[in-house]
Amino acid sequence: MLYQLEGSQAVARAVALCRPDVVCAYPISPQTHIIEALGALVKSDQLDAEFINADSEFSALSVSIGASAVGARAYTATASQGLLFMMEAVYNAAGLGLPIVMTLANRAIGAPINIWNDHSDAMSVRDSGWVQLFAETNQEAVDLHFLAFALAEELSVPVMVCVDGFILTHSIERVDLPEPEVVDALLPPFLPRQSLDPNDPVSIGAMVGPEAFTEVRYLAQVRLHQALDVIPRLGERHRSLLGRHAAQLIDGYELDDADVVVIAMGSVLGTIKDVVDDMRAEGHRIGALSITCFRPFPAAAVREALSRATRLVVVEKAFSIGYGGILSTDISLALRGLSTPIHEVIAGLGGRPVWADSLRGVFSDALAGTLVETTFLDLDRSLVDAELARMAATRRSGPPAENVLRDLADVGRSA
Amino acid sequence: MAASFESDVVQIRLHGRGGQGTVTAAELLAVAAFEDGLYAQAFPSFGSERTGAPVEAYCRLGHREIRTREPVNRPHVLIIQDPTLLGVVKLFAGLRPEGYVLINTASPLDELGMGEDVALIARERVLTLPATDIALEYLKRPTPNSVLLGGFAAMTGLISLSGVEAAVHHRFRGAVAEANVAAVRVAYDHVHRHLSSEEYHRAVPT
Repeated sequence: MLYQLEGSQAVARAVALCRPDVVCAYPISPQTHIIEALGALVKSDQLDAEFINADSEFSALSVSIGASAVGARAYTATASQGLLFMMEAVYNAAGLGLPIVMTLANRAIGAPINIWNDHSDAMSVRDSGWVQLFAETNQEAVDLHFLAFALAEELSVPVMVCVDGFILTHSIERVDLPEPEVVDALLPPFLPRQSLDPNDPVSIGAMVGPEAFTEVRYLAQVRLHQALDVIPRLGERHRSLLGRHAAQLIDGYELDDADVVVIAMGSVLGTIKDVVDDMRAEGHRIGALSITCFRPFPAAAVREALSRATRLVVVEKAFSIGYGGILSTDISLALRGLSTPIHEVIAGLGGRPVWADSLRGVFSDALAGTLVETTFLDLDRSLVDAELARMAATRRSGPPAENVLRDLADVGRSA
Repeated sequence: MAASFESDVVQIRLHGRGGQGTVTAAELLAVAAFEDGLYAQAFPSFGSERTGAPVEAYCRLGHREIRTREPVNRPHVLIIQDPTLLGVVKLFAGLRPEGYVLINTASPLDELGMGEDVALIARERVLTLPATDIALEYLKRPTPNSVLLGGFAAMTGLISLSGVEAAVHHRFRGAVAEANVAAVRVAYDHVHRHLSSEEYHRAVPT
């Protein structure tokens, strides 16, 4: 049935349709509305689950680990610093192979403190062994949660659904929520591969020394790679049961004859597709590629999808400080041996709007062959230069964030 | 008057102050459009919300899926919930020449001190509505948000009065919903009456 809903409400209802046994979380912006809505569903008996308001994010995921280890379908959600506070448990959930599903309402990481959207939080755990799926719209956020539980439980791996904080979580748009029996058909009852059961005792969480650590890690890699086969199969099933486009590993847009292909993850693809349409109408051969599954990285599918392109522009909402684009690095590894130029465009950091006009400028430069290797989209160079000059002029130049804000206020006053 | 715009997606920017329900107004607008069968997207400017601080929210309406995620920087319609923002915030920034403005005020346009801003916009495209007065009378609270949507429906014809009423019923229950619907109807009639008045038709070049 169609609804006009806030993204957080839609995600909460999708999670409820998946019938979790345990929901355990600690509120943090921009995830809060999801947890509030799930709490309300439990309280009003619309969701038969144990709702546990934990005393911290570390507890929230630790409780989820315990719940999953006894065979309960466990769900949590967080963002930003909350994810960092969970970090030890994030690695444990993956290392133990527990099929927990987490919504990550993507938000920047401080310092400087910032509550707004980018992908730094998701990138900080990309090596932890969780599957990471990125939603482009709230409809996709809904559908990816059905897929996430099915995938997690089939492979016995934790899955993180990344939903752009505020941009998706706080947007009100049209969402189609299936009937409960459809989701039940998509998601069979949870049959744990391992569980703590007094009638059939096992221990979970052995200490493994050098004699077998490599092998256990290798098995984790094998298991996560299996997602590359399972996701397309589940996607096919979702497509037939939901009657709409369902998540795939990657999703091409106007790729067939595209010379320049723009690659990105999450909600920014919407703006990118509009720009692609506008530029196509003017005769430019440009297309886009959405990476829905970021971990495991679908390298073979990416390589095939990009085989015809002559130039690539990777728009990403995070970067590795000290090197550069993270997705760009993964794309270049997937294209090993090919000479296709790859340009990285760092955009939307800490909630800065990604304007269609700014993207268009970058894409036009790419088509003309004049785009530089690395672009920080809409960077205010004068603010940066002023602080660099201050640092060069005096030893005690002070805290950079405060200095930049003061300069910005001065500009505002003189305008 | 049915607004007609070149683009197939109409972009609306709402300006208010924290506590006036600006974000709720954008949400109600999107739900009203959805009830009318349109695609709609609404979202706030994600600042730190404080009572009384300037707030912006955005809404897009169209006949196809709305994909873009950028804030509305070239609005077709401005809804100004608080006239004390005039001169404080660049309210008219990016407003399209064919755009419309709906201002919540009981004062005549000339007394608002809009100065150069209003000179940029054809006079017949700026309408006032005493939405706070209507809200105080019907809701007993100075929240002009749903009231303004009644005015918006009459001004633009982009959404129907019944769509706004349905959105109100989604959001509110019982007596509060009924009071809001009554206030919305008063606002709708107020703008409708103004648009069919001789005074208005004299101002509109033919």
